[in-house]
Amino acid sequence: MPLDLTEHLKQLSETPAPSAHEGPVRAVIQAAWTPLVDAFEQDGLGSLIAVKRGTGPEPRPTIMLCAHMDEIGLIVAEVRDGFLRTEKLGGTDYRALLAQPVLVHGRRVLPGVFGAAPPHMSRDRKKYPPASELWIDVGLPADEVAALVRIGDLVTFDAPFVKLRGERAVGKSLDNRASVAAVTVCLDELTRRTHAWDVVAVAAVQEEVNLAGATVAAYQVRPDLAIAIDTTFGEQPGVNDDVSFALGEGPTLGRGPNFHPGLFKALRQVAKDHEIKLQVEVLPGHSGTDAWAIQVSHAGIPTALLSIPIRNMHTPSEVVDLRDITRAGRLLAAFIETLGPDTLAQIAWKLPRDNAKEERTP
Amino acid sequence: MILRELCDAIGVSSGEDAVRDLIYTHIRDYVEAVRVDALGNLLAVRRGTGAVDLRVMAAAHMDEVGLIVVGYDSDGLLRFRAVGGIDARILPGTRVLVGPERIPGVVAWAPIHLNSSEDTVSIERLRIDIGVSSRDAAQNAVERGELIAFDSRLVELGPTVRGKALDDRAGCASLIALIQGEPFPFDLHVAFTVQEEVGLRGARVAAQAIKPDVAFVLETTACHDLPEDPDEPDQTTITRLGGGPAITVVDRSMVSDPRLVRFLAQTGEREGIPFQFRSPQHAGGTDAGAIHLTRGGVPSAVVANPCRYLHGPASVMNLSDFENQSRLLRAAWMALTPAVLERD
Repeated sequence: MPLDLTEHLKQLSETPAPSAHEGPVRAVIQAAWTPLVDAFEQDGLGSLIAVKRGTGPEPRPTIMLCAHMDEIGLIVAEVRDGFLRTEKLGGTDYRALLAQPVLVHGRRVLPGVFGAAPPHMSRDRKKYPPASELWIDVGLPADEVAALVRIGDLVTFDAPFVKLRGERAVGKSLDNRASVAAVTVCLDELTRRTHAWDVVAVAAVQEEVNLAGATVAAYQVRPDLAIAIDTTFGEQPGVNDDVSFALGEGPTLGRGPNFHPGLFKALRQVAKDHEIKLQVEVLPGHSGTDAWAIQVSHAGIPTALLSIPIRNMHTPSEVVDLRDITRAGRLLAAFIETLGPDTLAQIAWKLPRDNAKEERTP
Repeated sequence: MILRELCDAIGVSSGEDAVRDLIYTHIRDYVEAVRVDALGNLLAVRRGTGAVDLRVMAAAHMDEVGLIVVGYDSDGLLRFRAVGGIDARILPGTRVLVGPERIPGVVAWAPIHLNSSEDTVSIERLRIDIGVSSRDAAQNAVERGELIAFDSRLVELGPTVRGKALDDRAGCASLIALIQGEPFPFDLHVAFTVQEEVGLRGARVAAQAIKPDVAFVLETTACHDLPEDPDEPDQTTITRLGGGPAITVVDRSMVSDPRLVRFLAQTGEREGIPFQFRSPQHAGGTDAGAIHLTRGGVPSAVVANPCRYLHGPASVMNLSDFENQSRLLRAAWMALTPAVLERD
């Protein structure tokens, strides 16, 4: 059955799974990948590690694709008079939560809302209210709330995935479910292609807190090459053009110290060969992605970063262009198809030759 | 559930058509003299038994607060303003439906990684993204002046509901229930009004046409009974959720007729129907503010459902308060006589 990207992304987006609580989305991803891969492995933190074996002679080199599956969220920090105060789990933006619907994952799932004073009484409208003044209301009597909700319970956004005009869609957690969907597109493409290398697709946990999933998954998989797939900033008002990218103009390929120059060039060449739109994202230091952790695993791993531009990152309403997801998936598959016995040697660092004369000999 | 239908329907001030059509289907079999006036008010008469000779008006407003398209950016984002009172701080990331085609959109918000100011971004600087990427595409999809509503559905939370436009679809639903019940001793002149949120426009002309002796407004009012901040000097909650429908004594638009306030309170006490008085300390006005000033003056009162997070996509209202709104008014109207309005 052909992959229905919109439906797949909708399911991924609407599944609640903040950092360290990825179980529900891991199940969704495993179900989607099962027909596309040969085996699954586990690690100690809960990342989903899927293996799709290549056709080359053993021992085969391995490429790891890593997309984190966790989302930002909130945890209950205080229950008072039937209302809930929260703390962030990851980089949640309280300014985008006033009056927004949420789901409180207590003894059962409770729909609620972040209370916002009505305009009739808000006194100071020049500042966003501090977190200490933000209370979640689940509309139940205080004794019922006390019985159903405990400190440490999770809170996620109650935000449906909705198709917008053109090829765009809005939803929660598109950071980083858009990238998980891109990996699905890649694995689906690979079922119709041959690849010599083993492909290990990782849906990693806990990126939004400290890159924990990618750190240990890279250690366990010990790949020869790795590509992290994440989201990046889409162009929008209030965001500097230097660090944001047009939606619908292709994924971005990271360039900077976090990335192997040879791998960067090889990926860019494949995009060119297949006429896949690609933008270059310059990242002068820490990329803020799983690529940062993977690069320094074991003795070092040549790493690249492919990112999908989204708007309104870390709000309940992230916007993506579906074509960029498809392009990212196709580029990954096309690149994996090119991997052969000489690939590592081709991208490896080269020292100057001792005998310059010999080099000139035809 | 009529309340769900009414809240999920879209009717931003001056675009109340869908709400009006819906209300009409629910009252058509019970009323006479149905008409839509020049502003869009839905007016009708619920015939009474004739035992009491009073012209009684009951009003609930159909409109809700929303936004309106005022322009386009070159990248296809929409510029907008508020229709009615909206605090711009609730808008970042909010889902909306634009224009008569209900095109889904979202209020854009620069990511926290690149934008950490706590200063409020004004509505003039916010933008709506409908998924197009050029001014031409935006202009083809949406016209300037088209109305924008919150994209939000009613959700039952147990004893409460969460949804948009409870202000004042809850009042509309109560008035429908009153119309559908037993006739009153007098003819009840009902007005489902337009444009309350932009200045009580519909109610004024409705009252001028109806010429009532007495008027009752079924509203939804603010409530902010959240945990108190000990450092906050103003601990007023306006109303309390679950405390019963709120009787207005005074608000920004009107001093309620004290005879009617007393009569409503006595009715509640006599019948054992919970009620509360709305705190007079906060802003807000209702259609009664316009009605009581029409012609030679109309004794008027307001009975309102307390509702948290008013004028947003996810307000919270208690269903018992809501049911008691129509119970209290039914009991009061059954007992209403010209003697209630006699001067001391």
